[in-house]
Amino acid sequence: MATRIELNVNGKAHTVEVEPDMPLLYALRDDLGMKEPRFGCGLAQCGACTVLMNGNPVRSCVTRVDSVGAAKITTLAGIGTAEKPHKVQAAFIEEQVPQCGYCLNGWVMTSVALLDKNPRPTDTQIRDALSGLKCRCGTHLSIMRAVKRAAQA
Amino acid sequence: MNLNMNRREFLASSGALVVSTLLPDVPAIAATQASRHALKPDQLSSYISINQDGSAVGWVGKVDMGQGTDIGWIRIIAEELDLHPDRVSMVQGHTEETVDQGGASGSTGVWRAGAALRNAAAEARRTLLDMAAAKLGVAADQLAVTDGVVSVKGTPGKKVSYGELIGGKHFDVQMEWNKHYGNTLLVTGKAKPKSPSEYKLIGKPGARRRDIAPKLFGTAENMVDVKVPGMLHGRVIRPPIAGAVPVAVDEASVKDIPGVKVVWQKGFIGLVAPREWDAVRAAQKLKITWSEVKPPFPKQKDIYAHIRQAKVMKRDDEQNTGNVEAAFAGAAKIVEATYEWPFQSHAPIAPACGVADIRADSAALWTGGQKPHHCREGIALMFNLHEEKIKVMSMVGPGSYGRNDSGDTTMDAAVLSKAVGKPVRVQGMRHDGTQWDPKAPASVHTSRAAIDKDGKVTAWHFETKGFSRREFFRDEGTPEHTLAGQLMGWPLKPTWLWGPPSESYAFASRKLASESIGPLLDRASPLRTSHFRDPGGPQIHFAVESFMDELAVATNTDAVEFRLKYLAHKGDLAVVKTVAEKANWKPHVGARKQTRGEVFVGQGLAYSVRGQTRVAVIAEVEVNRNTGRVWARRFYVAHDCGQVIAPELLRQTLEAQIVQTASRALYEEVKFDNKNVTSVDWNSYPILDMKDAPESIDITLIDHPEMAPFGGGEATCRPIAAALANAIFDATGARLRQVPFVPEKVKAGWA
Repeated sequence: MATRIELNVNGKAHTVEVEPDMPLLYALRDDLGMKEPRFGCGLAQCGACTVLMNGNPVRSCVTRVDSVGAAKITTLAGIGTAEKPHKVQAAFIEEQVPQCGYCLNGWVMTSVALLDKNPRPTDTQIRDALSGLKCRCGTHLSIMRAVKRAAQA
Repeated sequence: MNLNMNRREFLASSGALVVSTLLPDVPAIAATQASRHALKPDQLSSYISINQDGSAVGWVGKVDMGQGTDIGWIRIIAEELDLHPDRVSMVQGHTEETVDQGGASGSTGVWRAGAALRNAAAEARRTLLDMAAAKLGVAADQLAVTDGVVSVKGTPGKKVSYGELIGGKHFDVQMEWNKHYGNTLLVTGKAKPKSPSEYKLIGKPGARRRDIAPKLFGTAENMVDVKVPGMLHGRVIRPPIAGAVPVAVDEASVKDIPGVKVVWQKGFIGLVAPREWDAVRAAQKLKITWSEVKPPFPKQKDIYAHIRQAKVMKRDDEQNTGNVEAAFAGAAKIVEATYEWPFQSHAPIAPACGVADIRADSAALWTGGQKPHHCREGIALMFNLHEEKIKVMSMVGPGSYGRNDSGDTTMDAAVLSKAVGKPVRVQGMRHDGTQWDPKAPASVHTSRAAIDKDGKVTAWHFETKGFSRREFFRDEGTPEHTLAGQLMGWPLKPTWLWGPPSESYAFASRKLASESIGPLLDRASPLRTSHFRDPGGPQIHFAVESFMDELAVATNTDAVEFRLKYLAHKGDLAVVKTVAEKANWKPHVGARKQTRGEVFVGQGLAYSVRGQTRVAVIAEVEVNRNTGRVWARRFYVAHDCGQVIAPELLRQTLEAQIVQTASRALYEEVKFDNKNVTSVDWNSYPILDMKDAPESIDITLIDHPEMAPFGGGEATCRPIAAALANAIFDATGARLRQVPFVPEKVKAGWA
C-alpha cells in the first residue's frame, strides 16, 4: 500500500506517496522529477543512481525509500549549479570528461564524497574510491585527470 | 534570388509532443521555421539557415552520440561561413527537420555529412555575398566577411550583416544532389569550399563541447528524461529459455498492482502501468507459462567447434593474388595459427529507453537509437502507417556504439502504445541491455604463411569464419530486425556478411576469404548478431596482427621492422614509424620476458586500416607473475584519419575508444548455457574497472589538411587486442590466441 513518506532532498522537504519498498531512485526521478540520478542496473553494480546520504555515497536503486528517514539526500543538482559549480563539476567540465554522460552522476558524486574525506588523494586512492563504478564509453583517463584537478582546486 | 515564404508543411500528427526538448540551443528556430522550404535533399535550406540575429543553424540527418561530432559540423559550417563557431548550432536526427543522412553510422558523421554541410555552407556564403553585392552596389569579389558581417574591401564602413540580409527567412537555392540518401548523400553548389590554406578554424585547437556542462549540472535532456502527457510506463518480459513463447498468462498474479494492463500478442508479452515502479514489479511478478522448447544453444565450450563445423551461408573470396598454393608447396617453412573471439555484448551503461505514441494514423517516437530515419521506416511497416505521418526524434541515451538494444526497445514501446492507445515509455531492466541486446559476432580465424629459404614471407592465406555481422540488421528499418517484430511473426531475414581484413602487406601471393554462418536460433535470439563499434574489425584484426607478430618471430625479425619491410602504403609506414618513435621502441626478436618486481613487462605493436583511416598502436603491459592479471598500463597511438577538424575532441574519442576496446580484449565474453545467455548484469559480464584503467595514452595525430576527414570513431578499435596480445607475448612468452585475456588464460599460457 502506498504510504506518505517525507524526504529531505537538496535541503528541501518533500512528501511522496509511494510503496514503502520502492527504491529511492524512483521517488527522485518519477515523483520529484529529477533528471539525476539515473537507472543503470537496479543492482548496485554501476553507480549511475548514486546520491549522497548525509554525505556518504549510496546507490539509490537499492535503497528502500522508507529506509531514508530524516537523512539528508543530495543529488547532482544539489552540489552546484552553472553559476556556482562544485569544484568537481568545474574540473569535469574543464577536462571535458563525458561522452554519452549517462554514468557521470556516479563518478561525480563518489568523487565529491572522496574529496570531502580525503582532499589530497593519491592516484591509487582515487582508483580505489571509484572502483565499482561503470563507464561504457571508456572515459576513465579523463575522469582521473578531472578528479586530480578538483583535488588541486 | 527569391526567398521562399511558403510555410513548411507541418504534419498534424501527435502535435502536442514536446519538440522543444530536441532543440535546446536554437533560440531563433521558431522564427526561422515559418519560411522553410519543404524538406528536400536538393535544397540548401535543408542544411543551412540563418537566424535573425545572424547566427546560423546546421541541419543534419545524423546524430552525435557523445564524441562531439556536432562540434565538428559546427566548425565546418563556421569555417565556410566566416562566422564565429559560437554562433552556429545544430539540429540533429529529427525526421521532420533533417534529411535522411543515415543516422550515426560507420564513423561517417564528420566525413560524409561534413562534406554535404561544407558544400552547403559554402553555397550559403556565396548566396549571401551575392545578396550583399546587390545591396552594397559592388561586385561580390570586392567583399570580405568577418564573423557574419559583409563589408566592402577597403571601405569597411560599407557593410551589412548576414542577419540583415536573410535572417529569419530561408534560402531558396537548389543544389546538385547525388540522388543518394543515407551515409553517401552529397550536395554540391556553385561555390567552391575554402582551400585548407585559408582555414582559420579547421584543425586548430580550442574546440569545446556544449553538451558537457548541462550533463554535469543535471540539466541535460537524456532519452530517459522524455516525458509525454498521459504517458504510461511499460516493461517487456523475456522467456527463461530462448525461443519459448507465452502459452498462458495469469493476469490475477498482478491484480493488486494499480493500473497494470498486460499486453500479449503472439510471442510478445509486456505490460504497462501508470507508475514506473509498478511496471517494474508487475513485470517481475506476472506469472507466465512458457512453451516447452528444446534448448537452442550449444555448450559454451563448444562454440568455436560449432563455428568451424557450421554450414557456410556465404563465402566471400575477397582476394587471391599471385600463386598462393605454389608458394606453400615451395616453402622452406610454414607458419599457421588460429584465433578465436567470443560473442560480446554492447552492455550499454543502462538498458535502452524509448517512448512511443502510436495513433490510428500517425505516430511520434523518441529513440536513443542512432538511426531515426530507419526507425521511422520500421514503424511504418509494423503499423501500416505512412512515413510522412511518423516523426522520430533521436535523443542521447545511455550510449550507442552500433546496433544496441535501442531499436528493440523503441519498437517494444510502440507495440505497447498501439495496444493500449496511449504514449508508452519503456526502459529495460539490466538484463535487457546485457542478456538480450544484439551481440557482436563470435568468430574463428585461421592464418597461414609461407616463408622461403631466405626468410622472406612469400604467401599469406587468411580465412575468417563467423556469425554474420548483419544476422540482425544494422538498423531497425524493418520489423523483422526487431525483437518485437520477430515475436509478432516477421521472419528473420539475415544478410550474410563477415569481412576481410584491411591492411597493405605486400606479400607476393595473398589469399583472403571470409565465411558467414547461420544463427543458433532463428527467432528472437539473445545471441542474434549485429553491429557493435567497428563491426568485425576488432575480431579480424586481432587475428591478423597477432599473426604478423608471430611471423616476425618466425622470420627472426623485429616487429616494427617486419611492418616496415612488408607494408606498402606510405600512410601505413608513417603511422608505424611514428608510434615506434613515440614509444621509444627497442628493436628485438621474440619474447623478452622482462620482469620488474612481481610483474612481467612487455610492449606489443599492431596496426590496421579502416576505410582510409590508419592507426598504429603500441601497448605496454604489466602481467602479474602470481595472478596472471594484465594491466594495460600505457598505449602509444599514431592516428591518421586525413584532415583533422577538432584535435582535442578527436583525442578524447580515441582515448575512450582504446579503453573500451581494451575492456573487450581483456575481460569481455558473453556467457551462455544451452538454454539462454547467462551474462545478465555487470557481475556476469564484467568490463574494465577504474583499478584497471591505463595510466596514460599518448596520441599523435597525423593531420592531412588537404584530405577529407575520414573519421576517427572506430578505426582504433582494430589494433588494440593484438597490441595487447603481442605485449603479453613479449612480457611472458605466452601467445594468447583467444579473447578475452583473463588471468587464468594468461597464466596458463606461460605455465
